[in-house]
Amino acid sequence: MQGRWRRVVRTPLGLTATVLVVAVVALAVLAPVLWGSGADDVDTDAILAQPSAEHWAGTDNLGRDILLRVLVASRLSILLALLAIVIAVVAGLLLGSAPFVLGRRFGRLVAAGVNTAVAFPGLLLALFFAVVFGVGATGAVLAIGLAGAPGFARLTQTLVAGVAARDYVAAARTMGIGRFRILVRHVLPNIGEPLVVNATIGAGNALLSFAGLSFLGLGVQSPSYDWGRLLYDGIGTIYVNAAAALAPGAAVLLAGLAFNLFGESVAKGLGVPVGIGMRAVMATRAGSPSGPEPTGHDEEAEDRPSDVVLDVRDLEVTVAGPSGPVRPVRGVSFDVRRGEAVGIVGESGSGKSLTALAVTRLLADHARVDAARLEFLGNDLLAPDTPVRRRMLGTTLAMVFQDPMTAFNPTRRIGAQLAEVATHHQGMGRREALARAVDRLASVRIPDADARVRQYPHEFSGGMRQRAMIGMGLMGTPALIVADEPTTALDVTVQQQVLDLLAAIRAADDVALVLISHDVTVVGEVCDRTLVMYAGRIVEDLPAAALATGARHPYTRALVDAVPDMTTDLAKPLATIPGRPVDPADVPSGCAYADRCPLADDRCRAEDPPLAAEPGGSPRHRVACWHAGEPLPARPALDELVESP
Amino acid sequence: MAMTLTAPARPWAHPWVRFGVRRLRRLLVSLWILVTASFAMIHLIPGDPVRGALGTTAPADLVEARRHALGLDDPILVQYFHYLKGLVTGDLGSSLASQLPVSGVVAQRLPATLSLAVLAFLASVALAIPLGVVTGVLTRRGHGRRTELAFTTTSIIIATIPDFLIGVALVYVFGIELGWLPVAGDDTAASYVLPVFSLAIGPAAILARIVRVEMVGVLEADFVRTARAKRLPARTIYVGHALPNAVTAALTVGGLLLSALVAGTVLVENVFAWPGLGSTIVRSILTKDYPVVQAIVLVYGVGVLITNLVVDVALALLDPRSKIRED
Repeated sequence: MQGRWRRVVRTPLGLTATVLVVAVVALAVLAPVLWGSGADDVDTDAILAQPSAEHWAGTDNLGRDILLRVLVASRLSILLALLAIVIAVVAGLLLGSAPFVLGRRFGRLVAAGVNTAVAFPGLLLALFFAVVFGVGATGAVLAIGLAGAPGFARLTQTLVAGVAARDYVAAARTMGIGRFRILVRHVLPNIGEPLVVNATIGAGNALLSFAGLSFLGLGVQSPSYDWGRLLYDGIGTIYVNAAAALAPGAAVLLAGLAFNLFGESVAKGLGVPVGIGMRAVMATRAGSPSGPEPTGHDEEAEDRPSDVVLDVRDLEVTVAGPSGPVRPVRGVSFDVRRGEAVGIVGESGSGKSLTALAVTRLLADHARVDAARLEFLGNDLLAPDTPVRRRMLGTTLAMVFQDPMTAFNPTRRIGAQLAEVATHHQGMGRREALARAVDRLASVRIPDADARVRQYPHEFSGGMRQRAMIGMGLMGTPALIVADEPTTALDVTVQQQVLDLLAAIRAADDVALVLISHDVTVVGEVCDRTLVMYAGRIVEDLPAAALATGARHPYTRALVDAVPDMTTDLAKPLATIPGRPVDPADVPSGCAYADRCPLADDRCRAEDPPLAAEPGGSPRHRVACWHAGEPLPARPALDELVESP
Repeated sequence: MAMTLTAPARPWAHPWVRFGVRRLRRLLVSLWILVTASFAMIHLIPGDPVRGALGTTAPADLVEARRHALGLDDPILVQYFHYLKGLVTGDLGSSLASQLPVSGVVAQRLPATLSLAVLAFLASVALAIPLGVVTGVLTRRGHGRRTELAFTTTSIIIATIPDFLIGVALVYVFGIELGWLPVAGDDTAASYVLPVFSLAIGPAAILARIVRVEMVGVLEADFVRTARAKRLPARTIYVGHALPNAVTAALTVGGLLLSALVAGTVLVENVFAWPGLGSTIVRSILTKDYPVVQAIVLVYGVGVLITNLVVDVALALLDPRSKIRED
């Protein structure tokens, strides 16, 4: 408890507010004792005097010292505000807990009344009650108190509803304890804290509202005076002595702010601490490349085939973690040729999606992307962004994201979202662009495309949205489609449609495809080549046709074995890969897979194997393993696995 | 009725129709509560309101005559019926002080208040949205921690200052010290500046805060990544894609601010001697001219209800999903 309160005064704002509240309360207690008579001293020689050494804020129309009057007025101002807030809280508690005590029918009536009253601004309610209770301090206290009641009633309703759902309240109910007793014994003690915090904030508002009513002449009446009343008198003489209006104004503002900010700080301090971690220490620099310099166009450039669409060398992604930088992608190199379909597979956390976002330069700019080379259609993507490059990428590089439900802007029509690619990058007019959008939607087999363009995303089904997303990529003339888990969020039956569509587009227009998936079968079905990622690196790069039988890396083989097929004995537990994926913040030295690998030896734990073609093997089949292709030991039976240390 | 129950009547299924029906029902209930409250006001006042208005020295027969003229002798339900009938026909009674019809007083005073409130709302939105968008972009994930802290603290403090105190400060600085702008009346266009800003600054601070928080959240959304994947220019992404989604939440709170702004005119009008409803209602409360008070409370209340309705419709237009949402 103490620690929580200490948190309140630890922030500069909280400390300031606490000191202010203490000072204001002390002033309210002491000022009338110290200066009470001085504030009433009439000095006929100095009527409406300007500020001077004798009267720091000047005098009023009876020659009384304004500063002393402002100080003395603190007691009445704060007392009235506190009275009002007590009325507001008590009335709010009664109204707000009524639905709980009175049962459904009558409770709903009260709740409906409260909801209507909350819609009206407090000042309007206060004016209403001020008329009913009459002009004067008593009327104003009642008016401001009752005007604040609906807000507290709403708060109480919410809090009570939250507590009433808990187990111990349900238990008390089943024991037949009366509703009122439950309210007093179980519910109220649990909502006390937020109520008190809100009452503190409310006290600040009551103070300011009270000043408002007195300022209108509806609150405290002469000869009594509070800050609002002094302001009311002061504004009449503002041309003679501005301090007469400014001093009480400043006082009420300071006191109101003090209560308000104190309440806010307490609320923040007592609440759940705001999440730090990744966010707080996230690197603030923009994602400009600063890693290894491109190695230049020397010997490598010669043997680079000209039909390469995407060329990635030594790609690294770095984000700031709670304890230093974390590198979830640690040196990835691959290329994608024209019309080729490349699949990237791996468990979640293997860095496959980050790789996709990094090569397309869509990674949020708190993550840093470094690479020896990152080229798309011969353009260096590590260079700063330009309008020309945006146009090039906008028309030739298409993205399909995992969740079609959130990937479209919910506030804009589907047609407009497709058409803007054409208006921004292809210089088309609105109508022409929309016509192309209709055409593209039809090409991804969306029925009634000319009607559908006028609909919003929420009117599309998930599969249809994913096809529309692909259609959006086809607004230009893509050379590459990067699809990041495009079927994961879809029904099984719809998955196949989307995969067939991607395959058809690739075949028809010679478009290259990078398909990211955790599903080996999906990749094997659609792709020519498969990149297997583990702990931020590519561990095997092999033809998709070789996946089932020709995989050399133990991890790839485990992934393939984990897929159930028609011959799987369903009586046995499904195969899994023992152990856990590597935490990117704590990558072991040597081969990252060693801890889970049945073939691992001391070399594996010391030296990280490079990704390379095996001597005598196909140059298009690369593997990063010291024991590539060695026979795996027979899988231990489950009980052995449990017993082994 | 049976028709709609048995047959799945197509027009009723349309979201806009269902939204309209639901919203209209809520408006009517609120309106009824408001009218009843304003009727009840005069009856809740302890003692005899006419005696109170005319003073203790007024002759008894005058009080009697006035009571009779106001219909206060009739049974309460008859009075209620007369009151409702009067409202429908535009008859709001007559002022106890001037004997003039209240509807005339309202009609004469309303335009000044209305123009003040509308201008203040427009000013607060015009200040808040660019400010919120820019700070949102500057403080998006991983950026501008200091900017965020400074902006949040400043806006909390500004939002706490009541509009009439801002008004007093503005009068002092721009009216008295600098002498740039008029501080009373509504005679020239320049007279609008100070009252409008007194009203607009507080709501603008709150709105800008909400827009910023929403922007920061929306910039993380998947569809913003989609927009970036389309390689749209930054301005199009922020204004065209992120802003409409950020503004919907801001509008919900903005509606509350707007209705508070309607009520805030009462205080600000009194700072600037603005010839609107606000200065009239205060004078009428002080002179116990209850028919005028009743009518103006009703006008403010209706203003609040209309404001909330406009906000809900605007929300439904901006965010097509919101009209499906039950409330």
